[in-house]
Amino acid sequence: MKIGVITYPGTLDDRDAQRAIRLAGGTPVPLWHDDDDLKKVDAVVLPGGFSYGDYLRCGAIAAKAPATKEVIRLAAKGLPVLGICNGFQVLVESHLLPGGLIRNEKQHFICRDQKLRVENNETAWTSLFEKDQEILIPLKNGEGGYIATDDTLKMLEQENRIAFRYVENNPNGSMNDIAGITNERGNVVGLMPHPEHAVEAGFGPDTPTAMRSGIDGLLFFESVLKMVVNS
Amino acid sequence: MPKIIVEIMPKKDLLDPQGKAVANSLHREGKKEITAVRIGKRIELHFDREITDQDLEMAKGQAANFLSNDVIEDVVAVTKED
Repeated sequence: MKIGVITYPGTLDDRDAQRAIRLAGGTPVPLWHDDDDLKKVDAVVLPGGFSYGDYLRCGAIAAKAPATKEVIRLAAKGLPVLGICNGFQVLVESHLLPGGLIRNEKQHFICRDQKLRVENNETAWTSLFEKDQEILIPLKNGEGGYIATDDTLKMLEQENRIAFRYVENNPNGSMNDIAGITNERGNVVGLMPHPEHAVEAGFGPDTPTAMRSGIDGLLFFESVLKMVVNS
Repeated sequence: MPKIIVEIMPKKDLLDPQGKAVANSLHREGKKEITAVRIGKRIELHFDREITDQDLEMAKGQAANFLSNDVIEDVVAVTKED
């Protein structure tokens, strides 16, 4: 199972995403922003970072990259796509997901382990979670405040398209505590926190069991691999 | 040089932290008559020939779809400047 990871100029977490895919049992395929050949991958991850230096708006220039245009085309046909952090910003700028992301409410860059609730476990990237399961993965962003119009928020709530909500505290002023959303079909998911940083014991968030033992992020990648195998 | 100027502002109901910081500084300087500051963007599109109506239409399209994001910003003006 091949999962592509797009590298834009300024991407930071592409190798972490590749490592997560490998640990989940898949084969990571590096993809380059300037190449519209997605190498026949079964799914794509848009990783975190600061693509094109966050110029114009976070994710805005990456949304126009040749590789992204191909992702947009194939996502319409059901290709599973996961946007993490800057990748989520690229997905909203590409209009694959609705709404927008603005500066954190208190203006600070936030880096910490963050608890989330899985609200929708019927997407390509969340099927191995229990509904309402609480998970802990790192969060690190400066512009993670999710906003949308009242109509869009209503639609997301009614159609069960809020994939993840922040639990216990809302770190960045996101409307309705939204940490991540999905498209209508459930193949495209975007979230601000970083599942790829919680995939290997010894390197993840602290848990009550042991320091750095959190691997809740692994299920994102295992979910999509299971779906691709079954289809 | 012929150019098209695109002016973009953050939406009114959104917090504009830059504007707020500048307003606070102006108030410290005693400029209390300034009630608020908001900071937007001015983008210049340069041409090496005369700008046509089609160019202006194209720029309006790019202003709406790429240069701004209508979830968080408003395009205030797209104008021609010789």
